Amino acid sequence: MSHISSERIPNNVDLGGDRKLQRALEEWQPRFIDWWKEMGPEGFQEDQIYLRTAISVEADGWAHFDYVKMPDYRWGIFLAEPTKDRTIGFGDNYGKPVWDSVPGEHRNALRRLIVTQGDTEPASVEQQRLLGLTCPSLYDLRNLFQVNVEEGRHLWAMVYLLQSYFGRDGREEAEALLERRSGNEDKPRILGAFNEPCRHWLSFFMFTYFTDRDGKYQLLALAESGFDALARTTRFMLTEEAHHMFVGETGIGRIVERTIELMKQNANGDARAEGGIDLGTMQKYVNLWYSVSLDLFGSEISSNAASYFASGLKARAKEDRYADHLALESTMLLDVPNADKTGCEPQEVALRNAMNEVLRGEYVEDSQRGMDKWNRQLEGAGVPFRFTLPSKRFHRASGIYAGLHFDPDGTILSSAEWDAKKDGWLPTEGDEVFVSGLMQRPIYEPGQMAHWIAPPARGIKGRPLDFEYVKRQDG
Amino acid sequence: MKAMESATSQPQEPVRFGTHPSRYHHWKLSFDGSVARLVMAVDDQHALRDGYVLKLNSYDLGVDIELADAVQRLRFEHPEVHAIVVSSGTDNCFCAGANIYMLGSSTHAFKVNFCKFTNETRLYLEDAFSHSGQTYVAALNGVASGGGYELALACEEIYLQDDASSAVSFPETPLLAVLPGTGGLTRLVDKRKVRRDLADVFSTLAEGVRGKRAKDWGLVEDVFPKSKFEAEVKKRAAAIVAAASPKTGGPAFELAQVVPERRDEGGKLVSLYRHVELTIDTVHRLATLLVRGPTGAAPKSSEELRSQGNDTWHLRAFRELDDALLDLRFNHPTVGLIVLKTAGDPAKVREHDEALIELQKDWLGREILFHTARVLRRLDLTARSLFATIEPGSCFVGSLFEISIAADRSYLLASDAENAPKLGLSAVNFGSFPMSNGLTRLQTRFLAKPAHVDALRACEDLLDHEEALRLGLVTFAPDDIDWEDDVRIAIEERASLSPDALTGMEANLRFAGPETMETKIFARLSAWQNWIFQRPNAVGERGALTMYGRPERPEFDWRRT
Repeated sequence: MSHISSERIPNNVDLGGDRKLQRALEEWQPRFIDWWKEMGPEGFQEDQIYLRTAISVEADGWAHFDYVKMPDYRWGIFLAEPTKDRTIGFGDNYGKPVWDSVPGEHRNALRRLIVTQGDTEPASVEQQRLLGLTCPSLYDLRNLFQVNVEEGRHLWAMVYLLQSYFGRDGREEAEALLERRSGNEDKPRILGAFNEPCRHWLSFFMFTYFTDRDGKYQLLALAESGFDALARTTRFMLTEEAHHMFVGETGIGRIVERTIELMKQNANGDARAEGGIDLGTMQKYVNLWYSVSLDLFGSEISSNAASYFASGLKARAKEDRYADHLALESTMLLDVPNADKTGCEPQEVALRNAMNEVLRGEYVEDSQRGMDKWNRQLEGAGVPFRFTLPSKRFHRASGIYAGLHFDPDGTILSSAEWDAKKDGWLPTEGDEVFVSGLMQRPIYEPGQMAHWIAPPARGIKGRPLDFEYVKRQDG
Repeated sequence: MKAMESATSQPQEPVRFGTHPSRYHHWKLSFDGSVARLVMAVDDQHALRDGYVLKLNSYDLGVDIELADAVQRLRFEHPEVHAIVVSSGTDNCFCAGANIYMLGSSTHAFKVNFCKFTNETRLYLEDAFSHSGQTYVAALNGVASGGGYELALACEEIYLQDDASSAVSFPETPLLAVLPGTGGLTRLVDKRKVRRDLADVFSTLAEGVRGKRAKDWGLVEDVFPKSKFEAEVKKRAAAIVAAASPKTGGPAFELAQVVPERRDEGGKLVSLYRHVELTIDTVHRLATLLVRGPTGAAPKSSEELRSQGNDTWHLRAFRELDDALLDLRFNHPTVGLIVLKTAGDPAKVREHDEALIELQKDWLGREILFHTARVLRRLDLTARSLFATIEPGSCFVGSLFEISIAADRSYLLASDAENAPKLGLSAVNFGSFPMSNGLTRLQTRFLAKPAHVDALRACEDLLDHEEALRLGLVTFAPDDIDWEDDVRIAIEERASLSPDALTGMEANLRFAGPETMETKIFARLSAWQNWIFQRPNAVGERGALTMYGRPERPEFDWRRT
């Protein structure tokens, strides 16, 4: 019983006075720790890590830094402060008071949204569990673990909702979140991208840049929910998600910086020859992780999306920026593959049914920002190469473009053309071997950087770059 | 009264029912010794009509026509097969049931007939198990929702992949405001005998039930992890095969296509099959269905049966009758009355019946009898008024007598002339062709007098009008002076009545006697479903079926009836 207390589990949900939640967590918390030890970062569970812990939602409370062993990390339960007299901001229930409990009518849909979101959190920890063994620096190692423990906390956030608001069924779903395993044939994670292995640090940075950004947009859409507890939970999660994307954006930026240096060292401008990651290979990883992340938004034309919006469960990101919160009359023009699969034709789709695409559109715009930044680095260095986002149709496994082939410009291809050209657009096994080959040896010396990446501009929380962000137990 | 509307708002291609595994779009049929695999891999672009896409292995009539063809061919062409494993070619999804957009865009008449056909097909799976030693095993390698789980329920055993996401579910009521109407609710409690309270929970749980609970509740026989699923299902199929006894009689042959010559004779559409002639009088909304008796010799041995093959009279004639009935149901919705006629030599029909009875030790002889029984049940279940007219030159004997007694009423021309029409019974009338209620048509007709049915077994001679009337085997026997008026007026009068009221009335009168799972499916479940299909809460402007996939949410009229 002792492990369930407000001291052990920082929270602002009155855990101390909530017997229902205590009972649920008493069962669940030990299983979570077991899961963390089994599926969390491999080989670092006894180390002291300089981590940020949220201990309250106050301005000074959500970013408390100290050394901690990961299994002792204080995963907490935080909801953003309630908004007084909040009303539902979209859909058929527009203007009505938000729900403090789960309306029976929407039980199934809410459960599905929360379980799907919740499933991605432990999945990414599982995908990244071996990365510590090849880290490019202690700084990056620490950032990896920060991301991991926060994904763990996001799991807690979803589990809190399931356990507090969905009765026995919610408790069972919370258990199931610990039973599925990324990439496991028998118990795979729900969404495809979360069953893809994250074999090396280039993929990790791409994942945190592209896939965690999907998370940001899903959270933004859920933060508008008429189910108030879901809205408040996700709003607090967004503060943490920002760090993950920072890790991705700066990580890729540092590789670009190092690659430019290595290109200059080489007579032929060949970064690969100098032991770096060439820009063309990086573009392939952009193509890969961007396209699998686009899939996560769901089908372009979706009755579920329409129903979630109509019911007031999931909105657009920052719904208040839109003028029309009913979205009943509007339509959206989508490029839909024609019947004989020779190309796409514009088709008008009811806006509510296109809500996934609306969210995807915002994501695309946001994703472009990092590209622009890296391209400015290239421009500044006089390198003509530019990163580009491929077409939304490229390499899709779900939605209306799935099953067809498109080049990065969005032109439809035959299977034969695709097979002939895809190795130029997506990482090959050879690329995987090459990139992993650069990362054979971990760098555990404070202040040292792997050869293929530049150091960050600054350390964490004002600490210097040679600060011992991870105190290795055996070193 | 004038016809208010045709059943479809625009002319459409007629639905045809003949197909062949080489032409399947949606199923893959393969064989491994005595185990057949039937893999559902719906080609979403190959819908029967425009306007919807068959996503997530959802089905329409075209998909089900192929399934019915496969089930039929397995019985006739593959007597060596004892276990049929039904699974999906789509990862993570076994089958999502009938396509909602297809239902939403269909006329009421089409929906009802679509459901009836799919119900008949599912019953054929069970019929193959009961009579032909072919056990269907559902291997649910993904979510089986709605009609997907109903297809599984029609199998004898259900195995579900335990992967924390594969589930069985009936989302019809919570999501669409209709019922799992393809036998689902009935099989849940009647066949699988799932506890009623658990069935209540299950039938309102849109996300369904998965894993161990699905097994605990009796929704599936067992669950296996994905990595062992294939092997476990194979093991189960092998056990079924090991326990089965091989069929004796001789080799199989491939079923030939049954295609009539169709003629438009100005207001009359005629389909000319070899033994069956369907004439549709579109002006009077009347069809005449004539079945010709056999002319050649009956098969006297397994070898002769095989040398006749597709031309065996029972097989050919009843396959043609089946095709004509489906043509009437789907392509001629305004035809309200079918006049049933026969032509031929009564002695020949009896000879062929007796030959088949003799050949029952041969699996093929049995299959032909079971097939005849199925077609006769399809006749019983055809929602059109059925009048049999028994005239000179007819041969309502044995198998064909069943047609007259399946009719809602029958008229025999009373005559003492040489060629006076007569009726005749044969052994097949006393058990070969059970109705949906499990009784023979004679037993159903004479529910009040079971002893009378036994007495009829002694009727070896052909029965003239007086005897037929006395024995209760015809409704009326007008003489040649009255015949014209009596029959014409009865037909015209019938044709003037409300088609809805007639459908309800006939269905209630046809199936007297005990309830079976089959009668519950076609009467109780289908009637409720067809009622719900008409109600605003499902199909009104704001009904759930109408609104499915649309941007707005459904609205209900909360008054319960």
